[in-house]
Amino acid sequence: MTHGILSDILDYANRANPYPLYEELRKTPVFHDGSGPYVVSTYYEIQSLLHDPRLSSDSRNLAATAKDPLAGEAEEEAALPPSFLKLDPPEHDRLRRMTNRPFGPPHSPHRVDGMRGDLRAIVTGLIDDLGDPGQIDLVDQFAYPFPVTMICRLLGVPREDEPRFHVWADTLAASLDPDPDADPAERQRKTHDSRMELGMYLAGLIEERRKNPGDDMLSQLAAGHGQDESMSTMELLSTAALLLIAGHETTVNLITNGMLTLLRNPDVLERLRREPTIAAPLVEELLRFEPPVQLLPQRTPLVDIEVRGVTIPKGSSMWLILASGNRDPQRFENPDRFDPDRRDVQHLGLGSGIHSCFGAPLARLEAQLALTELARRLHNPRLLEDPPPYRQNAVLRGPRHLRIACDEVRA
Amino acid sequence: MHEVTLEHLKREGRIVVVGASLAGLRAAETIRDKGFTGSLTMIGDEPYEPYDRPPLSKGVLLGKSTAERTALPRRRAIDAEWRLGTAATGLDMAARRVKLADGEEVPYDRLLIATGVRARPWPNAAEGELDGVFVLRTRDDGTALARRLDAGPRRVLVIGAGFTGSEIASACRERGLEVTVAERGDAPLVGALGGVIGAVAAELQRENGVDLRTGVMVTGLEGDSTGRVRAAHLSDGTTLECDVVVVSLGAQRNTEWLAGSGLGAGPRGIACDAGCRAFDIRGIVTDDIYVAGDVARSPHPLFGYQFLSLEHWGNAVSQAETAAHNMLSVSTDRRPHIWVPAFWSSQFGVNIKSVGVPSMGTEIMITQGSRAERRFTGVYGYQGRVIGAVTFDNSRWLQFYQQQIETTAPFPVPFPTVDRRPDGHRPVPADFPDPSVPTHGPTITLSGYSPADRRMTFTPAGH
Amino acid sequence: MLRLVVDLNRCQGYAQCAFLAPDVFAMHGDEGLLYDPQAEEAQRERLAQAAAACPVQAILVDDLDRDLAGVAEARDA
Repeated sequence: MTHGILSDILDYANRANPYPLYEELRKTPVFHDGSGPYVVSTYYEIQSLLHDPRLSSDSRNLAATAKDPLAGEAEEEAALPPSFLKLDPPEHDRLRRMTNRPFGPPHSPHRVDGMRGDLRAIVTGLIDDLGDPGQIDLVDQFAYPFPVTMICRLLGVPREDEPRFHVWADTLAASLDPDPDADPAERQRKTHDSRMELGMYLAGLIEERRKNPGDDMLSQLAAGHGQDESMSTMELLSTAALLLIAGHETTVNLITNGMLTLLRNPDVLERLRREPTIAAPLVEELLRFEPPVQLLPQRTPLVDIEVRGVTIPKGSSMWLILASGNRDPQRFENPDRFDPDRRDVQHLGLGSGIHSCFGAPLARLEAQLALTELARRLHNPRLLEDPPPYRQNAVLRGPRHLRIACDEVRA
Repeated sequence: MHEVTLEHLKREGRIVVVGASLAGLRAAETIRDKGFTGSLTMIGDEPYEPYDRPPLSKGVLLGKSTAERTALPRRRAIDAEWRLGTAATGLDMAARRVKLADGEEVPYDRLLIATGVRARPWPNAAEGELDGVFVLRTRDDGTALARRLDAGPRRVLVIGAGFTGSEIASACRERGLEVTVAERGDAPLVGALGGVIGAVAAELQRENGVDLRTGVMVTGLEGDSTGRVRAAHLSDGTTLECDVVVVSLGAQRNTEWLAGSGLGAGPRGIACDAGCRAFDIRGIVTDDIYVAGDVARSPHPLFGYQFLSLEHWGNAVSQAETAAHNMLSVSTDRRPHIWVPAFWSSQFGVNIKSVGVPSMGTEIMITQGSRAERRFTGVYGYQGRVIGAVTFDNSRWLQFYQQQIETTAPFPVPFPTVDRRPDGHRPVPADFPDPSVPTHGPTITLSGYSPADRRMTFTPAGH
Repeated sequence: MLRLVVDLNRCQGYAQCAFLAPDVFAMHGDEGLLYDPQAEEAQRERLAQAAAACPVQAILVDDLDRDLAGVAEARDA
């Protein structure tokens, strides 16, 4: 289905460094090879399209011919209705607004800020337990357990159930990935099963939270936190699944990509150690430089639209390559340079428009804190292999392992 | 201008900025950014360093902040001589000197005028002097009004339901105060956004407990024996008891000090070209006097080269930057000021934003969302093209409509959108009031024609 | 004391500032932003995080206690 440069991008062999391919792709800002998706790779076009009300995120608006099995889980609806990630307004807005009630302002303004202490304690504990400083797998020992512990605590999901939902979450994250090597039917079946099982697991949990509510988000969502609007049980399950997977599969990449980037730029790592206040702009630059979500494969126009002189027919599948837009020299000077002093970093790393990342403030705090503490506590850290082995996923791109060593773990 | 002269100006010239508010400050910063090392003088009639006005009708009245805390952050040091608390009283264009209220004269090589606007006072001066009668424009106004609201008045009367008046009413309701709004038009915001949107604004006010009275004028204010306001008389014959009155009848341009100077300045502002250079009264553009902010009127290519006067925060910043840039550039390096009008207002928990010039629109269509839900996008059409747009809690879509305006996209909007409702497919009359009837608080005023048009008339100040 | 201003023409209500510095910024309704234009010294770090995180880079902060030229250099976009 995909040829040439698109299959190169999806090819696992190029996972460690897709950026030269994106550069090639940007020569054709709207790329279409005749049968595959319309691929948009330049900053200003992506930015515009993310605010274009003619573009739908709802796969039910895809033309039948555009339902490329590579584009993901077309049949998931059989298990759970689509989450707000894949809905348009007004349903998207209503669900997102209600989900936000127990999470952020205006109704819960101190929720995320109030997690700072917990975040610090978890980071401290994980670094304390790193063990042999000569053999650290930063993914398994730190970057994965940290956000997972946090999302469990936030949602009210028992941490000890992690081995169960980890498998489902991995399968569902993989379903976002247009993997050319996967058998579509087999993948669809696995996706469906995982969604079903995750849904049943969450249904049980929500039932339990209804009986014994805590101060977690699931309890509050289940209690019908928003009185003026309502969320059905099925919608609640879809939303909970979305939060659990997203809170699970993205920040791990942000943290790992961050540490990898710092180890490749030792002067910046040293500066972060001396000057921890640069963590905030540094993470923004990281979101530009190595975004944890590389592309959005889920958009379709409701009407023929024209982008840079190319007519994209109604119902076509469109991919927006966020990671490419972030390296567009028309927008960012020296785009391939990692520069925490860069000004005006309006990156696409967390999307833009109504679908911009729901968990963004939490992801930001987690990454800032994780990188600052790793920089401070690991003495003379270095990569044991570069590039590291990557996960299969081209969309949620990040190392599967990051093996590092250091002289000692400081207190 | 010769390069040599420009270099000399940059190195040791004298630049004077009259008006020490948002536009004046941002212009001064840009001037220094451009490498100007000469003397820079900032003249302001208020005794305060530049402060931000929008919070005065929002956060300050809500108790989120105070008027004293609104000083603007700086983009950089400007190394200026500040003449605060000293109004400019005259201009000698031939001698290139600004006269000050204290009798001093300040010479300049380049002058930027950013004197802005002031609140239109209550027309009856004696009534306007009553204790409890306020306007809201300055930091002192904000302090005084907030203090009076803190004291818990029994009823506040807001005269005029433009953006500022509506925001004041909103703050009063949020504080639990009884408030009446008297508006001569048919609805709040009608002058800026038309009757279709005005109807939504009216519903918002009433749902939030505002005693909204439209189609009425306040004919008189009445004080008690101690000189405190106690009641207002309305044109429908009713009398309203109130102990605070906020006069919110729009703004007047601060141009009186230029009367007789020979500069093209009048009640509608100071006319300038697209490069922010002021016209003299003969319609000839000056090359040493620039204008920026609320006091300026400049022609805009997107809107038929009509002269726009914009009381918009973003316009002040953008025009100040352009004026400062042009002041220190040779003619081929100058830039036109082609900012697309944009503003925001926050009232009754709803974020209202707009781009373009809605008031030029003859028709409107609701392309996304629904008025009933108070979340929607309205698009204004004029002669078959998109000319403006407004959003209520829908601002993330607005940049798309700005592009539609900039590319003169066709109207009615022909394409479907992700949130088009059944009633959003057909345009309806936008229902703006007759432009010959003065409204208060317009945020965009259209006037005059292109500089080439002989019908441009000069109205001297005070006439 | 730290002075700040938000360009509310740019603001699209992503609320990152209100999440990260809730004692300075507050959402008023779903999309409107209210803020205190002067923040206490104790808010310095949170304010810096909020300004950095703003997806439309609408927050300008200066610092009354530090050399303004330094602030200017850091703020030149």
